[in-house]
Amino acid sequence: MKSIILLKNGRVIDPAQQRDEIADLGIIDGRVVSPDAVAEKDAEIFDIRGCWVVPGLIDMHVHLREPGEEYKETIETGCRAAAAGGFTAVACMPNTNPVNDNSAVTRYIVEKAATCAARVYPVGAISQGSKGEKLAEYGEMKLAGAVAVTDDGRPVVDSRLMRRAMEYASSHGLLVMSHAEELALSRGGCMNEGEISTRLGLRGVPAAAESIMVYREIALAELTGGRVHISHVSTAQSLVLISSAKARGVKVTAETAPHYFTLTEQAVLGYNTHAKMNPPLRTEQDRQAIRAALRDGTLDAIATDHAPHSVLQKEVEFNQAANGIVGLETSLSLSLALVREGLIGPGRLVELMSLTPARVLGVAGGSLDNGAIADVTVIDPEKRYIFSAEKGFSKGKNSPFDGWNLQGKAIYTFLAGRLSHCDI
Amino acid sequence: MAEKTQPEYQFQHKHIFGIEQLSVADISHILATARSFREISSRPIKKVPTLRGKTIVNLFFEPSTRTRLSFEIAAKRMSADTFNISASTSSATKGETLVDTARNIQAMNPDVIIVRHASSGAPQLLAKHIDASVINAGDGAHEHPSQGLLDMMTVFDRKGRLEGLKLAIIGDIAHSRVALSDIIGFTRMGADVYLAGPQTFIPAAVDRLGVTVCRSVEDAVRGADVVMALRIQLERQNDSLIPSLREYSRFFGISNNLLDLAKEDVIVMHPGPVNRGVELSPDVADGRRSVILDQVTNGVAVRMALLYLVLGGNKGSDVQSESR
Repeated sequence: MKSIILLKNGRVIDPAQQRDEIADLGIIDGRVVSPDAVAEKDAEIFDIRGCWVVPGLIDMHVHLREPGEEYKETIETGCRAAAAGGFTAVACMPNTNPVNDNSAVTRYIVEKAATCAARVYPVGAISQGSKGEKLAEYGEMKLAGAVAVTDDGRPVVDSRLMRRAMEYASSHGLLVMSHAEELALSRGGCMNEGEISTRLGLRGVPAAAESIMVYREIALAELTGGRVHISHVSTAQSLVLISSAKARGVKVTAETAPHYFTLTEQAVLGYNTHAKMNPPLRTEQDRQAIRAALRDGTLDAIATDHAPHSVLQKEVEFNQAANGIVGLETSLSLSLALVREGLIGPGRLVELMSLTPARVLGVAGGSLDNGAIADVTVIDPEKRYIFSAEKGFSKGKNSPFDGWNLQGKAIYTFLAGRLSHCDI
Repeated sequence: MAEKTQPEYQFQHKHIFGIEQLSVADISHILATARSFREISSRPIKKVPTLRGKTIVNLFFEPSTRTRLSFEIAAKRMSADTFNISASTSSATKGETLVDTARNIQAMNPDVIIVRHASSGAPQLLAKHIDASVINAGDGAHEHPSQGLLDMMTVFDRKGRLEGLKLAIIGDIAHSRVALSDIIGFTRMGADVYLAGPQTFIPAAVDRLGVTVCRSVEDAVRGADVVMALRIQLERQNDSLIPSLREYSRFFGISNNLLDLAKEDVIVMHPGPVNRGVELSPDVADGRRSVILDQVTNGVAVRMALLYLVLGGNKGSDVQSESR
């Protein structure tokens, strides 16, 4: 039997087609079709007056922890969290155990994900074991399904290796993603360096620890002609470098995460380990610069850096606590705030959370064009709720937004035309 | 100062994590209480029954001789039962977390836990999992509130006030919990705090705490009422913070010549233990301007006051009558 769905009376927002209008959207057998092609009597009808219909959201930076740390998250639970957050696809970082530095691990992830609530695009390691010494087998990993490479969390120290990675990745058409951190400068630091770190007696990480490496990546991209994507940008300084690199045609793209445009280092006060991540939360000036860069195009994507941990890593002394927070289930609400505040329009939001991630990763999705795979998110921009980490789908409860009053939520998520999430 | 305490004032703190949480009235009250206790330590029988039946645990994750002894003497002079636990932070690597330790100690129902820990914020974490009062005896590079209080007490004794005094703090400010407690405490009480030391020892954005960072030790010491030197950890040389102790002492050490720039009646303080010839020249450390041993004496009184106050004692007059 055919699966026929009609989304009626929604606001279809599809920047790939410069489309933003009240319209119906048809889905037949997992593909987007013109609503004219759908006979209402045969269709399952969703009346979504007042809601937005957008291409399925894509999060290009998550940690799914499997294989190796299934007590923190599994591919299945991570994908359920993704679907609940309106995501139809995620790109998962390679810092699993074992590291995703070979096609066997890549294939394991792809196979596990096949029955899950979201598409999973594995990101392979830049170097074997992410040790920063020898290149991993990019060609093999790409055949198995990898879309990019990074040594996220264990930044590549050796500039020569990073150069080789960009060159070699370009031969395989793979994106290089960089966690930009100058490790000698950040060593021992556990929050942004500044007044708050001084008041709390915590060792700081200066903004320069990020921007020095951002500049290195830009310089290497220029040297090699390769593409580089800067992960989780947190500082105003980095944005100045990225903006000027883009202006002179360097193939650099960049993402930030909702916590960097929502919170500042103030959130650490009280030694709140749920405000500890790497890079750290920065100053209000940085936060404002990130917001401006989301608007002006210096930043290309919003990604979560979803990093589930258990209480074992978080209910400890601040300097000993693990870095990272969960983000899949709060990202959309926090990003919708930018629209409500008038900083960006809904179309730009869809670019940041769907269209551009799809293009940067070179994967399907990001558009609602007829014939496209029906990864579709229906957003109720008015829906208000109190976020409860405890009730979330992710195994990780480490969210600084626990208990926050949020507005705007995915109420239906369709993965290839099948409901992967419903909150109505 | 202390005399200005409002009659309706009540000390409200169950835990002492840092000077940061204390108001001017709190600090004044603690110092007044400490002053009333100080006399006990000079009696032939140095013991009052005030805290009889109370259990006080010294939980030290870092080695300490002075602070632990000072807290222990303070507790014993008030008839509390004291227990010392020298925990190693390496127990964390054996799987026991600070929270585990807290729950285990809580199960033995102590009244006060005095904690020293290498991690800033560890006392707050402990307090979340425990019913007892927690007193911070030094956490990472954060605070050492009892030291800050005893420093304020010592200065007040000598100068009769804190407001308007010029205090120069010299040395490794960035790695010193004593410095942070003193900066917060003295500025809150109206003193003008000046810092000096090699730039590697000056914490980020410290001027935002209301202090003046000086380019030279001379600038900081000129006209000072109080000069406080901080201990230089010998391992800082290996961390590329200073090239050598020799060079440090030449450019940042406190000598009598330097002190001639200060006020005639300047006093010199140091939280101890002193590296003689590094932070202070020997003639300064043992000279007429040094009040280092007063600091130690006042330390016991301040810690008696803190124990008394977190356990619900409130009025200085009660202490006096009870102690007789």
